Amino acid sequence: MTDLGPLIPRNRAVHPPAYTPDYKTSVARSPTLPLLSLESGPSEETGPMFGHGMFGALDNNLILNWTKGAAPAIGERILVFGHVLDERGKPVPETLVEIWQANAGGRYRHKKDGYLAPLDPNFGGCGRALTDENGYYEFLTIRPGAYPWPNRGNDWRPMHIHLSVYGHSFGQRLITQLYFEGDPLIDLCPIANTVKDRGDLDRLVAPLDMSMARPLDFLAYRFDIVLRGRRQTMFENRLEGL
Amino acid sequence: MIRRPDLLAETPSQTAGPYVHIGCMPTYAGNPGTYDAEIGERAISDGAKGTIIEIRGQVFDGTGNAIRDAMLESWQPDAAGIFPGQPGADPAVSGHCRFAADADSGEFLLRTVKPGAFRGRGGSHNAPHISIWIVARGINIGLNTRIYFDDEDNSGDRLLNAVELKHRVPTLIAKKTGEGQYRFDIRLQGEGETVFLDI
Repeated sequence: MTDLGPLIPRNRAVHPPAYTPDYKTSVARSPTLPLLSLESGPSEETGPMFGHGMFGALDNNLILNWTKGAAPAIGERILVFGHVLDERGKPVPETLVEIWQANAGGRYRHKKDGYLAPLDPNFGGCGRALTDENGYYEFLTIRPGAYPWPNRGNDWRPMHIHLSVYGHSFGQRLITQLYFEGDPLIDLCPIANTVKDRGDLDRLVAPLDMSMARPLDFLAYRFDIVLRGRRQTMFENRLEGL
Repeated sequence: MIRRPDLLAETPSQTAGPYVHIGCMPTYAGNPGTYDAEIGERAISDGAKGTIIEIRGQVFDGTGNAIRDAMLESWQPDAAGIFPGQPGADPAVSGHCRFAADADSGEFLLRTVKPGAFRGRGGSHNAPHISIWIVARGINIGLNTRIYFDDEDNSGDRLLNAVELKHRVPTLIAKKTGEGQYRFDIRLQGEGETVFLDI
């Protein structure tokens, strides 16, 4: 196996710190001692890959996948799409993107969510897709509702979709959240604002993209994702482990 | 902030939240049948070569409570130290597993094959270990750590030898509790805080 080079060290400045007291749950769940830094090795530079064979035709269609196509979910129909790249700007093809979200009323299909908004019997709230050979993915879904949550006196989560991305190595693993352009709750949300730099937070806000909206059907939002890249190694042609 | 003008900036992380299971382990979230096959159901299938082991543990927060909404992922090589995708890898070892802390007890269980030692770049020695990634409500960016084994020779391991505070090394080592049985608890902060990796 060709040595593709170590992962580029993570730029922690763009990520939320562990301890963010406005988001109260982080207080007791944040490590306080320094992380151990080490150049990546095979444990981080390899990772699971998933074949097309395990995906169903509706896996990336949350409007229809919970009912297996029998009845559509309620809500504003949207397309969420984007490009998965690494830090060097190279597309990441054939990688797994998974999403989960609340329904149009702001309630999750989870045994522990007891919010008073109704469950939509036709909406499961999760989907998955592989990026194509150029690194693009897309999901058809409904716009999730905002909802209140117990943190400070009256905190509300902005409309958001959770995204989980693998990349091609275990060290690229990332979970993040997509917010929607124009939502005033973003500025008030202690979770969104764990990202300290406004420019970095803005990269989690998907803009409306009318060029991808389909007339009389759905609006479209674009959300590109950048994963860690690899450092070029001096030993490009050397076999790994030798 | 470090300026890296030739690179794009990585997308910032956000917490996976308490409902990560909806997206990653729908059956565990109470939504069975969402997919025909779920990602990371098993680290191994029948016929995996080597010693089958079970690792149990809990993830504790800074108050000493076991977290009941955590999701963990593992990644490892086969019994010969070969990762899936590398030449000669055991086809019965996916090497990847997703498992949740129990919603009542916080206890997790990883059933897998004992990984083999391997050599990394420059011939560096890696004692048998499993890579672990932890997400949960309140964890803003997933935490990486490793599980080593107290019945293996861990001397000479590249990572363990890089831990300067030697009294913290045991936080990375699972304790054998029976034949094929191990215990590995994770502490997010405070006394006995697990060594987490920036790797």
